Amino acid sequence: MKNDLEKRLDDVVENYKEGNISRRDFVKFLGISGAAIGLVGGPLGLVHKALAAKSITCHSWGGSTSEALRKFAFDPFTKETGIEVVDAAFTGMDAFLTQVKASYPPGGEFNIAHLSAVYDYARYTDLGFGVVLDESKIPNLGNVMVKMTETLRAITKGTLSAVPYDLGQTGIAYNTNKIPKEKAEEMGVSLLFDKSLKGKLGSWSGDFRTNMWYAALHTGQSPNDIKDIDAVWNALKEQQALIKKYWASGSELMSLLANGDIDATVAWSGRVAALQKEGHPIGYLAPEGTYSWMEYMYVLKGTDLDVAQKLLNFMLEPSAAIAVAKGQSYPSSLDPTKVPMPDEIKQLPAFDPTGKLDGYLFADPVYWNSHQLEWTEKWDRIMAGK
Amino acid sequence: MKNKAWKPWALLSPSLTAVFLLLVVPVCFVVVYSFWLRSPTGQDIPAFQLGNYAKFFEDFFYPSILLNTLRVAIETVFLCLVLGYIPAYFFYKTESRFKPFLMILVMLPFWISFIIRTLSWINILGDSGLINHLLIKFNVINSPLPMLYNEGAVIMGLLQYLLPFMILNIYVSLDGIDKSLAEAAKSLGCTEWQAFREVTLPLSLPGVSAGSLLVFVLTCGTYLPPMILGGPGNEMIANLIFKRVVGTLDWPFGSAISTILMLLLMIIVYTYNRYMGINQIFKTLSSK
Repeated sequence: MKNDLEKRLDDVVENYKEGNISRRDFVKFLGISGAAIGLVGGPLGLVHKALAAKSITCHSWGGSTSEALRKFAFDPFTKETGIEVVDAAFTGMDAFLTQVKASYPPGGEFNIAHLSAVYDYARYTDLGFGVVLDESKIPNLGNVMVKMTETLRAITKGTLSAVPYDLGQTGIAYNTNKIPKEKAEEMGVSLLFDKSLKGKLGSWSGDFRTNMWYAALHTGQSPNDIKDIDAVWNALKEQQALIKKYWASGSELMSLLANGDIDATVAWSGRVAALQKEGHPIGYLAPEGTYSWMEYMYVLKGTDLDVAQKLLNFMLEPSAAIAVAKGQSYPSSLDPTKVPMPDEIKQLPAFDPTGKLDGYLFADPVYWNSHQLEWTEKWDRIMAGK
Repeated sequence: MKNKAWKPWALLSPSLTAVFLLLVVPVCFVVVYSFWLRSPTGQDIPAFQLGNYAKFFEDFFYPSILLNTLRVAIETVFLCLVLGYIPAYFFYKTESRFKPFLMILVMLPFWISFIIRTLSWINILGDSGLINHLLIKFNVINSPLPMLYNEGAVIMGLLQYLLPFMILNIYVSLDGIDKSLAEAAKSLGCTEWQAFREVTLPLSLPGVSAGSLLVFVLTCGTYLPPMILGGPGNEMIANLIFKRVVGTLDWPFGSAISTILMLLLMIIVYTYNRYMGINQIFKTLSSK
């Protein structure tokens, strides 16, 4: 564009010298050309390009999670590179996916998202929102637990659209003042279906998988291969009569447990760790088959990949990743056999010292996503008591 | 004489443009979406079919939530009416110099975020909330009363949200009634109660009906109180729409439910207009 304008400007100067155009027309053309260069390719264009390259948006979970990311990853990154990281929070994964879908085709509004669970990696990828990361520009990816990266690679045909960042579990939280530790450990998953806790149980309204997962375990089935689906529905129907509140957010979960409104519920390990840090009498149970998940930084189509890869590599620096892990109470995705972890991280629920995650059971994305619509609707009916 | 008919339209054009772009166009999108299909991965497929509407009516689950919403809306209207008429009548009758201050108190809740107001009920009605705490402390009860996460709590949340709308509508209607009419009735032998029942109450009905319509329509579309204060089974239609649109990315079905709700409310407003006149709401709000 700029070259084209220069050529035309030369032509006009030539014509002016030869007397083919008037001085007034010559000046008018100069003005128009100047404005065009300024807006598109000149100083304003440079400002536009500079702004585009100097910021990237990262959506996360808000609260202590976003605070840890901002303090230990984004701010130091900005200080080092001058690239601003806009720290945004979503209300939930489903709500965020709706926003991304509504803004499609991408225009750069959404860049990186701190997503949870492999089935959502598959959902975003199936909807065409992913990218192919240049792993050579993220050397710290080599420190990440291999099982985590391989799980994502299996969905995106050997490539990555995200880097694994932390992991956690949805286990069972219980009030130790009301339920003795021995009883909780003896009952395991069945604690969530205990009739003696009628009106004092909680569960997560937002995810049919979590509820079906524990109903499957309760009825003696593999959560990733449920054979007797009616038994699962019946268990959930019976549980519905015992439930006081289906909570909708992490903060609501914490409030219900901290205020003593419920005595037992499925719960995110990091939130339980946060409650325990605050001194609340909350125990955490991770029976066999506990629902494990990984969180990852998903790069969305339309993002400046050079900037995104630079940020992701910085976030995977051991010092940054460990500080963030401490702040959000979820173990980092870094392999503890490659990167030494401090005691505070080793004591977090879901921490695996082997770095192999062999005993961890993750949701099979193909299995769960193929039933998503049907089972969500069924789950809604059960919650409504129908 | 020049034709000046275009002038009101010129003045109204910014508002009409905004309403058209921000209300009419999105509603049209919702209606169009309701005929589309959803792919298994959550993508929308343009189509024209009535499957989403058929799905809503093919079993009783979805209509039952709609009926539950209507029932809660009627209960809320009734309670707002009973609780709202008394303060509105008080404002109408009182000559107190504190009347403007009391009126401000009615509107005070609007200064606080709706979500904060709704959340605050958890600290009042919860097991360790204010009421249970005091009742246990003074040995009135041994274990907390289940006041939260049930329909009563939802209606309580709706009342604190909608009561000012009812009070203000009734008050404005009452304020337009000439007080000498009730005095005249009393001078002709009516008791205070008869004067109220035969004169004031009938004349205030436009405000009552306007407030009832407003409360009913707002309740039908409300989302937060059932989500925050409700328990299992207290879901309302707006929560269902949210779940379909956000939870399952099923925009076509969510749009169909929205369209059904919208049509139902349009029928109710049309019926109201037929028998009461929709302009009563505007008359009430603009009367002195």
